[in-house]
Amino acid sequence: MVEHASVIRNDFLRHDMQFPHVWCPGCGLGIVLGSLIRATAKLEIPKDDMVLASGIGCTGRMPAYVDFNTLHTTHGRALTFSTGIKLAKPELTVMTIMGDGDATAIGGNHFIHAARRNLNITAIIVNNQTYGMTGGQYSPTTPYGSKATTAMYGHIEHAFSIAELAVTAGASFVGRGTVHHVTQLDDLIGKGIRKRGFSVIEIISNCHTNYGKMNNLADPVAYQMWMKEHAVSVKKAAKMSVEELEDKFTIGILADIDKPSYIEEYQKIRDKAAGAGS
Amino acid sequence: MESSSEKFLLQGNEAIVEGALAAGCCFFAGYPITPSSEIAELMSMRLPKQNGTFIQMEDEIASIGAIIGASLAGAKVLTATSGPGFSLMQENLGYACMTEVPLVIVNVMRGGPSTGLPTSPAQADVMQTRWGTHGDHPIIVLSVSSVADSYEIAVHAFNMAEKYRVPVVLLSDEIVGHTREAITLPPGKPMEVVNRIKPSVPPEWYVPYENNSRGVPPMADIGSGYRHHVTGLMHNAKGFPTSDPQEVDTFHRRMQRKLDNGAMEIQMSRGFMLDDAEVAVIAYGAVTRSALRAVKMAREQGIKAGLLQLITLFPVPRAALDSVLRQCRAVLVAEMNMGQYVREVRAVNVSSNVKQLNRFDGHLIKPDEIFGKLMIL
Ligand SMILES: Cc1ncc(C[n+]2csc(CCOP(=O)(O)OP(=O)(O)O)c2C)c(N)n1
Ligand code: SF4
Repeated sequence: MVEHASVIRNDFLRHDMQFPHVWCPGCGLGIVLGSLIRATAKLEIPKDDMVLASGIGCTGRMPAYVDFNTLHTTHGRALTFSTGIKLAKPELTVMTIMGDGDATAIGGNHFIHAARRNLNITAIIVNNQTYGMTGGQYSPTTPYGSKATTAMYGHIEHAFSIAELAVTAGASFVGRGTVHHVTQLDDLIGKGIRKRGFSVIEIISNCHTNYGKMNNLADPVAYQMWMKEHAVSVKKAAKMSVEELEDKFTIGILADIDKPSYIEEYQKIRDKAAGAGS
Repeated sequence: MESSSEKFLLQGNEAIVEGALAAGCCFFAGYPITPSSEIAELMSMRLPKQNGTFIQMEDEIASIGAIIGASLAGAKVLTATSGPGFSLMQENLGYACMTEVPLVIVNVMRGGPSTGLPTSPAQADVMQTRWGTHGDHPIIVLSVSSVADSYEIAVHAFNMAEKYRVPVVLLSDEIVGHTREAITLPPGKPMEVVNRIKPSVPPEWYVPYENNSRGVPPMADIGSGYRHHVTGLMHNAKGFPTSDPQEVDTFHRRMQRKLDNGAMEIQMSRGFMLDDAEVAVIAYGAVTRSALRAVKMAREQGIKAGLLQLITLFPVPRAALDSVLRQCRAVLVAEMNMGQYVREVRAVNVSSNVKQLNRFDGHLIKPDEIFGKLMIL
């Protein structure tokens, strides 16, 4: 039984200094923030031991609102900063939040290598199928044929599937959720953080202001209904044909494997080096 | 390298590693590139022995990102590269300037632009070290001319990074990096090791970017109980984004002030035979040695020549340069590029007689060449 999404913890937010936030009314990022707060509160990790790093974009603004150790880095590079933090202080819980452009265009190389390396970091990728902050240009997840401010004649590139990319690159835990399926989202984020090794949570979210406006989803509620109609659980998808899955995406847990994390592997290196003499 | 001093035959690149470790470096992230790779290789052997961490990242952008993260978490950090990699690091270097993160980047210079001359020396990245990343920003750039320097200046580089919360670029070149020379380690006179100042107030009073008189706010490690926000956006004293003109102005002035306050110790140079000099060579890096030889040759011919070796290139050691420029009838700036640092020298004293000698063909400037120029200054 999954619990229903509970009320968020007030003391996890920087009320006194950072609100109102910069996001558009109705943006899915608010839901992601709520989910992140609920998921982390449940883990009962002291705030002093939690790190939230981001890159640049609407998504990248999230850390400023959260009362953890927070970091707003450069576009695409958040995982590299998180790598340094985690290696220097493995006892910290390090989460990295990125937009789809941030994580898979400019930061695509860092993303696949972080997954391959399997350092204990949780990567949360908010996939709104566009570059929100810069005004709706196409991103690596913009669907073929849709419109963007740099593809007004229709987009001719094919989209990445972020979660599948993470699985192939070697992440230990991969989940996909949406801002419509909030209870599941809380659960996925919590599982991702608890996982030893690199975990990825892809979150389908709405940028109705930019992507939606150009693609008949200008209303955030209609956008969320689109998510509801197009999401299929991993379990159900396994029984569906390729044709049936044509315009659908799967949600749930796509990978959950156990292998030694980078931290454990590096400790072995230290032990060997110490034994090797000078 | 155990307790009692011993003589070693080391490369400049190896001496940088020894200096970095002596200064307390415990984290290295890098990506292989000639002629700097020996630094990464040696670090991968040495760091895990002393509970430190080495990681080879997917590129140089990731390397500097990782060392910034590790430094924010309290580690003393290093990366090493050469021209192409240094170019890739520029954006995150600006982030480190903006967020005042102590770190050291070694650039073992090779011929450029682009892939250029991977195995030949050059000094053509000098202006890039100062202005490579966008926007006004503080930075310290040091240069090494020998194996002994590589050790000693590496220690200074870490000390300055920690003391002023600023990135330090340590410029070496293919010649210094690969030349083997005898060096005594640890050095006869032990070197001071400086650590960043941490906050002493309770966390609720901590102002991460406070505008104090030194211009350098105490730095709390991530995870030490002082939760705060770090952003590359322009930020106020509390660390949160701002576009308030007063706060933006205050930030830039503090950046300037923190290095101005430390000018005396930051701006390092060495004078050779300058006391009665009428002409002088100004040099840095590998060229220093040719210059010293040339100055001695000139002295043998009865010419009162001297040498000013610049260790700190930025902030420009104005006082030392100005005194030489005032004293000498003419100076010669010798460098392995098409004339970069000579502009800084001219700017120190526009009415002085500054000549230049440049070589940019992948070869060291020879003593004879400098001597020849000195004879007709
Ligand atoms: C190096 C660099 N290139 C470009 C930009 C401009 N930029 C800012 S945010 C952004 C894209 C944001 O899109 P995404 O990562 O999908 O996040 P979203 O805003 O949709 O949350 C771009 C291109 C930048 N800040 N830095
Ligand atoms: S532009 Fe899009 S992603 Fe950004 S806040 Fe508005 S709706 Fe959200």
